Amino acid sequence: MSTSTLEAPATTPAFQQVSLARKFKNGLATTLVWLSFLIAVVPLVWVLYTVVANGIKRIPYTNWWSQDLGNYLSDEVGGGVLHAIIGSLLQGLVCAIIAVPIGMLVAIYLVEYGRGKLMKATTFMVDILSGVPSIVAALFIYALWITTFGLPRSGFAVSLALVLLMIPVVVRSSEEMLRIVPDDLREASYALGVPKWKTIVKIVLPTALSGIIGGIMMALARVMGETAPLLVLVGYSAYTNWDIFSGEQAALPLLMNNERVTNSMDPGSVGFDRIWGAALTLVLIIAIINLLATVFARLVAPKKK
Amino acid sequence: MSESSSTRTPTGDPGGRSSSATTPPEGPISEQPASPAAPEPSASEKPKKARPGDRIFQNLTTGAGIFVVALIGLIGLFLLIQAIPALRADNVNFLTNHGWSTNDPANMSFGILDLLEVTVATSLVALVIAMPVSLGIALFLTQYAPKKLARSFAYVIDLLAAVPSIIFGLWGILVFAPAIEPFSQWINDTFSWFPLLAPGNVAPSVRGTIFTAGIVLAVMILPIITSLSREVFERTPTPHLEGALALGATRWEVIRTTVLPFGKAGYIGASMLGLGRALGETIALAVILLIPQGRNFDWSLFDGGSTFASKIAANYSEFNNEISAGAYIAAGLVLFVLTFLVNFAARSVIGKKGD
Repeated sequence: MSTSTLEAPATTPAFQQVSLARKFKNGLATTLVWLSFLIAVVPLVWVLYTVVANGIKRIPYTNWWSQDLGNYLSDEVGGGVLHAIIGSLLQGLVCAIIAVPIGMLVAIYLVEYGRGKLMKATTFMVDILSGVPSIVAALFIYALWITTFGLPRSGFAVSLALVLLMIPVVVRSSEEMLRIVPDDLREASYALGVPKWKTIVKIVLPTALSGIIGGIMMALARVMGETAPLLVLVGYSAYTNWDIFSGEQAALPLLMNNERVTNSMDPGSVGFDRIWGAALTLVLIIAIINLLATVFARLVAPKKK
Repeated sequence: MSESSSTRTPTGDPGGRSSSATTPPEGPISEQPASPAAPEPSASEKPKKARPGDRIFQNLTTGAGIFVVALIGLIGLFLLIQAIPALRADNVNFLTNHGWSTNDPANMSFGILDLLEVTVATSLVALVIAMPVSLGIALFLTQYAPKKLARSFAYVIDLLAAVPSIIFGLWGILVFAPAIEPFSQWINDTFSWFPLLAPGNVAPSVRGTIFTAGIVLAVMILPIITSLSREVFERTPTPHLEGALALGATRWEVIRTTVLPFGKAGYIGASMLGLGRALGETIALAVILLIPQGRNFDWSLFDGGSTFASKIAANYSEFNNEISAGAYIAAGLVLFVLTFLVNFAARSVIGKKGD
């Protein structure tokens, strides 16, 4: 590069100009690499545009946020998605209450205690678990909860299936956060005679906490967009249902699927507006959760060199 | 994965941490032999007694670890138990039969071959599209993008992973498929002599096909392949890069001679993880793929059909008796084994490189 800027060399320069073929290949690679990035941006923008442009129609009305669809016919304009928002949040919350402690304990085990075969097996199984398709998790809970235990389909069964999907994400992010806690802190604590468990609970966890919370909320946002467990494990209800343990319960993805199956999808129809309105609502909720996650993650700011 | 393996070495020592650094303070405090559950690496400085709090906490966390390990086994076990009665009732060969008829518990005939073929076909289409594109994106983010913007660009790609799959599905069938319809129709018409592009079993529609589904699926697995490949490419040793530059290599030559050889295994592993994800994708495919009437998958990209996951998701209403549900659970079990194997292979490819 710099050789080409040498002026009037006394002898023929040792470094020859980059040949045309090499220049061409380099240029081609650069173009392709930029192009592939742009290709990935197109569907993202397109999807988000679709959701916002089609969904914005119903969103601004208070009805949308304060009513359910119980008293509205499938082709009747009006009503809202409160029942689905409540269902999504409840199921997500219950899932988090179960999955977060387990996930964090596993992460603590991996970082602080794990060694030998069990640790390798655990790491491996967390990887495998993160690759388990959501429909398989749903079928497992179906086989366990509904067929074996004979319990009815409910929002809680959905939460259990989501737990399977959430645990690996929580473990991975918590593990990463725990590992960047400097060992100096642990050693200082041990030096004061503090037991190991207390060191973990009082020193290590608080240091990593904000980052862990950030990871948890990302995981929550991810599972709240899942549809497959909802299909298998709970029925759709157009009415608000606060009881996660019994009865049918809506959730935003389930509502979208229900409208898709039962309603007209022609542009401008009621079903079309509902489906994209629900999609935008879901995206907004996920965006808010992610935003909170980012805020928490910023708060942690682990001291980097 | 790679991140953790690189940091494991320093934190692996601190496993020795409790021995080397903590023994002095713990020495005088603890008196009795440690519980056998805590095999300290250095036996000579073994702390004599684990405090009750320590023991409880350690057992708790170890229990959680064991729980996760057991969970995978339980998933396989429960699916198997529920699938066996249905498989017994199956009148045809489960593995080699195309049809799927489970409405009558007394007369079941179902096989997975068609599901398997459609699952593999959609995933392969997705992989063929997603692999080169995500390679390009990963290279872009690590080698080409301005350093200041690289992080924001990476965030944009990660956003793709945050979009719920049902939204991808609805976008795919309601917006994307109509938009590319002229193009798909043209390909279908022009290259219909080529078996893979022959008129499909859902003709005349070219919307709800494996072709469309594969493209949407490719978009969905892009972020996974990209983020993992990026992680590996980022760890290319700087001396390699600088060495290549010093020899006068162009930017592409630097990549070809250092980044790609270094990151090959990671990239392949990442692609296999993407494949695993594609195999199990449920609702997007259930939304997009049309169900052909009475015709099986015939290895045309313009066929419709059902994958394992979309079949199960589309027929949840049939879960009213145990035998019928068992048939779908059997299909789910096959999917579980399939994704397990793919993920297993992917992790071993990545793991080898990481160590």
